[in-house]
This record gives sequence, structure tokens and C-alpha cells, in this order.
Amino acid sequence: MRPQTLDIEVPSNARAITRNVELAEAEEHAEAGQTTPLGFWIYLMSDCILFSALFATYAVLRNAVAGGPTGAQLFHLPYVLIETLCLLVSSITYGMVMLALKVQKRRAVLGWLMITAVLGACFITMEVREFAHMIGEGAGPDRSAFLSSFFTLVGTHGLHVTAGLIWMLVMMIQVARTGLTSTNASRLLCLSLFWHFLDIVWIGVFSVVYLMRVIV
Amino acid sequence: MNDAQIHSSGASEGSLPTYLLGFALALILTAAAFWMVMSGGVSRSAALAGVSALAVVQIAVHLICFLHMNRSSDARWNRMAFLFAVIIIGILVAGSLWIMNHLHQNMMPMLMD
Repeated sequence: MRPQTLDIEVPSNARAITRNVELAEAEEHAEAGQTTPLGFWIYLMSDCILFSALFATYAVLRNAVAGGPTGAQLFHLPYVLIETLCLLVSSITYGMVMLALKVQKRRAVLGWLMITAVLGACFITMEVREFAHMIGEGAGPDRSAFLSSFFTLVGTHGLHVTAGLIWMLVMMIQVARTGLTSTNASRLLCLSLFWHFLDIVWIGVFSVVYLMRVIV
Repeated sequence: MNDAQIHSSGASEGSLPTYLLGFALALILTAAAFWMVMSGGVSRSAALAGVSALAVVQIAVHLICFLHMNRSSDARWNRMAFLFAVIIIGILVAGSLWIMNHLHQNMMPMLMD
């Protein structure tokens, strides 16, 4: 009699314990799923403040050309417009990544990530070419305070985009290897915040740095 | 697979119409800003004001349509952090320009000599 009741009790107990552990884990995951984007958002806000310091520096030094070339002489707006379109289209293609993630379509997630990465790479290539052209013309960051602040601001944005591209490549490998797990979903969400945030910073760059310099 | 384990959080909510609307608005606003400067038909001060206004509107469009900022209580802390950042940015940018422009004006006579 006794061993029999024990036999029944032990498994049910064990099941209850496993269930409890599972529930606790699920709760933990749910909590992490909610706090990770918030933590990342707070990082983005601090990054925003970093960029605003660079924008303020640029705005203060905008006329300190030291007899060198001015923005109006250096900037080629159609080129900047194409750069802007690359980033803008990459923003909506990353939106498609998030929509594909929502309906659990792994191949679509990978495809849209690839398109976004290509557009981001186009942007960076164009920016590096622009920088190389300016430096080749003697308008490098050492020419004037205006150009120093220009290269610092636009270069910092470019470095962020490059970091985003590396992150995107890593995510493509992770999604291809482990699928759309909750961890990967949370990483993709953070990357989407990062990517859209960089697009917002670029709105400030093309308005303040390029358009306003050509007007004045 | 772990499909069932995916947890959606407030920040991830986006739909195709929202993204497409945001994209269309962003395209129009960008085109308008570049047109104001490139066409050359708009006066200097009007173009300055126009480009600034268009940039502010486009940033708002991106925040709402792409970063899904909204008035739900889930996003309350995101909003708080955002407002704090906006205040800091305002102080930093406006303060820098204000002080440096004053300094610049005060230094002018010396530079002229």
C-alpha cells in the first residue's frame, strides 16, 4: 500500500515543481521582454543628448571657416538627397522585418534584414566617398573649425550606422541558426529602435548641416 | 520551435498601414525640405523657417509611425525618458547658441581692431 501511494505522490509533486519553475521562468521572460526595450530606449535618449552636443558645437562653429571653403561651396544637395532616400527606405524595410517577425515568418525576416543592410551599406559607401572627396580637395577636418565639427557630427552618425550594420549581420546569423526565439525577437526589437533612431538623427543632419548651410 | 514563447511588448506594436503612412509622409516632407532649398525660388528666411518646421514635423512622424510612441500607459516610462531628453537637448542647444552668439558679439570689436 505505502509504496504505491508514494509512487503516485512523487510524480505529481515533481510535476507541480516543474510547473512552478516553468511559470517563474515564463514570468521572468515576460518581464525581460518588457524591460529590455525600455533600458535600450534610455540608452537611445542618452545617445540623443550626445548628438545634441555635437549639433550645438556645429551650430556654434558654422561660420568659423577660417578662410576655407564654406558649406555652400562643398555640399552637393542631390547627392545628400540620395543618401537620405537610402536611409528612409531602409527604415520602412526594417518595419517589414518587424511585421514579418510578428507573424513568425523566418525567411521574410531574413530577406528584409538583408535588404535593409544593403541600403544601409549604400548609405555608408556614399558617405565615405563624400568624405574622401572632401579630404582630397583639401577640405578635411583639419582645415577649419567648421569642417572639424562637420566631420565629427556626420562621422559619429556614420559610425552609429556602421555599428547598426554589424548588429544586423549578427542578427541575420543568429536568426538563421536559432530561429525566431524570444531572445532574438527582443534583440530585433532593440535593433529596430536603434535603426529608426538613427534615421531621426539624420533628419537633423540633412536639415541643419546640409540644407541650412546651403541657404545661408 | 519556441514560437509560443514570443512576448510582445508595448514598443513592438506596428502595423502595415502605420508604416506605409509614415513612409509616405516622410517622403513628402523630405522632398518639400529639399525642394525649398534646391528650387531657389524661396526667400532665405522663409526657407530657414520652412526647413526647420519640416524637420520638426518629420521627426514627430518618425517617432509616432516608426518608433510607435503613443499615449498608452505601457509607454509611460519611455515617454518620461523622452521628455527628459528633450529638455536636456533644449538647454544644451539653445543655451550653447545663446551664450556663444553673445560672446561672439562681445568679441567682435576686438577682432575688428
